[in-house]
Amino acid sequence: MSKAIRFAPLALLLLVIVALVWRLATPVDTNVHSKLGGRPVPFFTLAAALPTKPTVSSTDLATGQPRLVNIFASWCVPCVSEVKVLQGLKSRGVPIDGIDIRDRPADLTDFLARNGDPYERIGSDPQSQLQIALGSSGVPESFIVDGKGIIRYQHIGAIEASDVPMILTKLEQAK
Amino acid sequence: MNRLPFLLAILLAQPLLADSSLPPAYWANRQLPDPRQEAKAEALMAEVRCLVCQGQSIADSDAELAGDMRDLIRRRIAAGEKPSAIRGWLVQRYGTWISYKPTDEPAAWPLWLAPFGLLLVGLWFVRRRIGQRRRG
Amino acid sequence: MIAEAGLAALWLAAGLAAYQFLLMILALRSNLEVARPMRAVAVVQGGLTLVAFAMLLLVFARSDMSVALVFENSHSAKPFIYKVAGAWGNHEGSMLMWVTILAVAGAFLALFSRRTTERTLIAGLGSQAVLALGFYAFLLFASNPFARLFPAPMDGQGLNPLLQDPGLAFHPPTLYLGYVGLSVAFSLAVGALLTGEVDSRLARAMRPWVLGAWILLTLGITAGSYWAYYELGWGGYWFWDPVENASLMPWLAATALLHSMNVLAARGALKAWTMMLAVIAFSMSMVGTFLVRSGILTSVHAFAIDPQRGTFLLVLLAIYVGAAFTLFALRGASLKEGAPFELVSRESGLVVNNLILSVILGIVFLGTLYPLFVEALSGEKLSVGAPYFNAVAGPLALILAVLVGVGPLLSWRSERRLIFRQLRIPALLGLSALVITMILAPDIHILPRLGFVVAAYLIAAAVLPLVGRNPLRAPLATWGMVLAHLGIAVGLTGMAANAAFSSERLGIAKPGDTLSVGPWLVQLEGVTPTAGKNFTAVEAELRATRGEGAVILNPQTHYYSDPPTETNESAIRTFWNGQLYTVIGKSDASGGWQLRLWWKPFVTLIWAGGALIAMGGALALLGRIWRRRRLSSGEWRRKGYA
Repeated sequence: MSKAIRFAPLALLLLVIVALVWRLATPVDTNVHSKLGGRPVPFFTLAAALPTKPTVSSTDLATGQPRLVNIFASWCVPCVSEVKVLQGLKSRGVPIDGIDIRDRPADLTDFLARNGDPYERIGSDPQSQLQIALGSSGVPESFIVDGKGIIRYQHIGAIEASDVPMILTKLEQAK
Repeated sequence: MNRLPFLLAILLAQPLLADSSLPPAYWANRQLPDPRQEAKAEALMAEVRCLVCQGQSIADSDAELAGDMRDLIRRRIAAGEKPSAIRGWLVQRYGTWISYKPTDEPAAWPLWLAPFGLLLVGLWFVRRRIGQRRRG
Repeated sequence: MIAEAGLAALWLAAGLAAYQFLLMILALRSNLEVARPMRAVAVVQGGLTLVAFAMLLLVFARSDMSVALVFENSHSAKPFIYKVAGAWGNHEGSMLMWVTILAVAGAFLALFSRRTTERTLIAGLGSQAVLALGFYAFLLFASNPFARLFPAPMDGQGLNPLLQDPGLAFHPPTLYLGYVGLSVAFSLAVGALLTGEVDSRLARAMRPWVLGAWILLTLGITAGSYWAYYELGWGGYWFWDPVENASLMPWLAATALLHSMNVLAARGALKAWTMMLAVIAFSMSMVGTFLVRSGILTSVHAFAIDPQRGTFLLVLLAIYVGAAFTLFALRGASLKEGAPFELVSRESGLVVNNLILSVILGIVFLGTLYPLFVEALSGEKLSVGAPYFNAVAGPLALILAVLVGVGPLLSWRSERRLIFRQLRIPALLGLSALVITMILAPDIHILPRLGFVVAAYLIAAAVLPLVGRNPLRAPLATWGMVLAHLGIAVGLTGMAANAAFSSERLGIAKPGDTLSVGPWLVQLEGVTPTAGKNFTAVEAELRATRGEGAVILNPQTHYYSDPPTETNESAIRTFWNGQLYTVIGKSDASGGWQLRLWWKPFVTLIWAGGALIAMGGALALLGRIWRRRRLSSGEWRRKGYA
């Protein structure tokens, strides 16, 4: 048996071990990221989630000013605390639009009454269709869309108080 | 190693967060009336990865988002769209990760070439083992 | 006290393992006499780990909540069988079971091994002790099953409801006996490489161990497949999930090893390949353990996401497999092979068999780890799942199945064209199957169609070794081979039937509505609430008819509170020609219930095939044990055999 063949298994093992060591050192990122970063928001229109609030459509996201699009739901537990952070952002002049996933108007009204309402517009997405079209995979998530309607940043999970400076910077960069 | 479906409970019951109170989408759990279209839809669903599960296709998942994706696929197939186009649309949004069948991009070529490669390497190994008996 | 006794037993066992290793080193360097206590030490080590495992079972049986593991995985309201089985329904407990089997296997090796030379046996026992040592360390330092909790809570967090099933009592222990049983093959191979005694004697010594482990592995995988089938509620039986692949890879290696050993035993050839397969089989077991417990692969079967434990296991893996491969590389040159085989002979047939099994093993390994490699090199994430594995492994397995019909008909050293005449009838049957399926079922996919063709051919070809001779005088090992190969054909038929002829019906039904699936009409009579020992549920009453006679099925959905989860309990009825599989899902706002119905013709043949394969192995094992008894008792010598 030639030397090459005899040592081949060892060489293969080394390769595999290196790969496994790498994997242990860089933990798996279980979040699924949207691949639409840098691309325009797909064309969409949504029904209004509440009769008292205007709805969101893709044209509303290309108004010349960066906007924060927040994907949320009344049944989403982390969204409750996120709303407070969003209120903080709103008070700093950040325009926030909401996309309400799989929700009923009554539950949404309750949610906003209990936790506050930072949204300029709220669109209803009862079957996650827009969520899928955006490449989002859960609630809560947020997208920063610039003035031309290009998606510049995706934030997976609730925006926390510690994330606010970063969000503001990204909004600046999107101008 | 153990084959106990430890985390399966979580995915079978609710997704990682709470469930919505709305019922599943219309076509999430109904079959298309045309059996050929339904077969195409089911074949595609078996290849699309569930976004909120621990490694399952949307065809066997109870998660809501999986149901909504099944609804999306069925409606589009019923409207006449080709499965490859729908898969491409999903890959545009989520990347190749979402397709359980490795696509035809260069990164996946080794996977499809592997069986032939391995067979050839194996045959080369055995070439000296099998042959006509040497004379003398 | 009980827990501490268990822990103490574990420490003692670890100490004995270290001593055993020391004995081996001393004996191999100087004088074999030094290792006289070796057998006794191995047996005591096995006994101590059994004690430790028994202590764990005891604390679970008594629901001793002061033991952290019991608190995290059990509850006093659980049925007794799940209290006990729950001992291995978690990482630490199953790891202890792993180590117990490892040590007990070593003890059995010490007690029952006859055919190896003393030198090789000592080397093998030493190797087994080294294996055990690393895993003792893992248990004692990183996964202590006996850790206490102060103050002891009132009650536990409960066992995952999916595990509260008879499958838990059967499937993991059987599987582990198989995986870890392969360690004996690994140790004997390493021992033989150390002593340089790789020959047909070694193969005959290893054979019963590999057979035994392989039989249990086959049973364990088959049982796991059936458990997933009825538990998960979607009618699938194999998902190419990374953990399932981790169980398949040792099986593939062990199957190749089984056949390769026969060549080594009969002809003294294929030494290198046999040794490498023996090492790879258990290495795959260890890789599987690592994959499941390190959290690096996403899987429904994965245990804990614990990179620290993962690192420990990776280090063990690197040391053990690295050492074995290094030994192989250094000693490989001295493994002299004989003359080449005839082109058409049993040896060549077995070489090709090995080749194809190894290729399938390589494919499964590559497919499972490929996403990891790609992400490491380019950062891109891609998924490799069932569509890939089915497309690649399926055809390879079919080719192998065709060869399975040919191989047993070949004889050692040479065979000419006789076999092609013998295979006329099987070929004819295969052809008939092709024609029949093309006429009766023109729309089915090519792969299931080929599955039917190959299965029809193999059913006839597999029994050919028994044709033309007195079946009562044929050795039991031959019967075993025939049965196992028949099992392949049977399993293949089931898989093809499931793929080609399964009918699925998903729909929403209100009480009184009827849905049709295949030849059945299924009416939802009603849905009633019900409850069990630790859950509430809804139960549907389904009335299924096909022609005359009605069958009642009661699928349920269970709601548990500790932890809060929901499971589907499917209702399945088995008939001679298939299974009716029913599941009830959620209700919608208008009072309609989601129903999932399947009619799966001949699907039970899949697991019947697996059972037949295991039975064939058992017959072969029995045959060899009896044969050896009669040989050593001198009976056959007097009669002029051997």
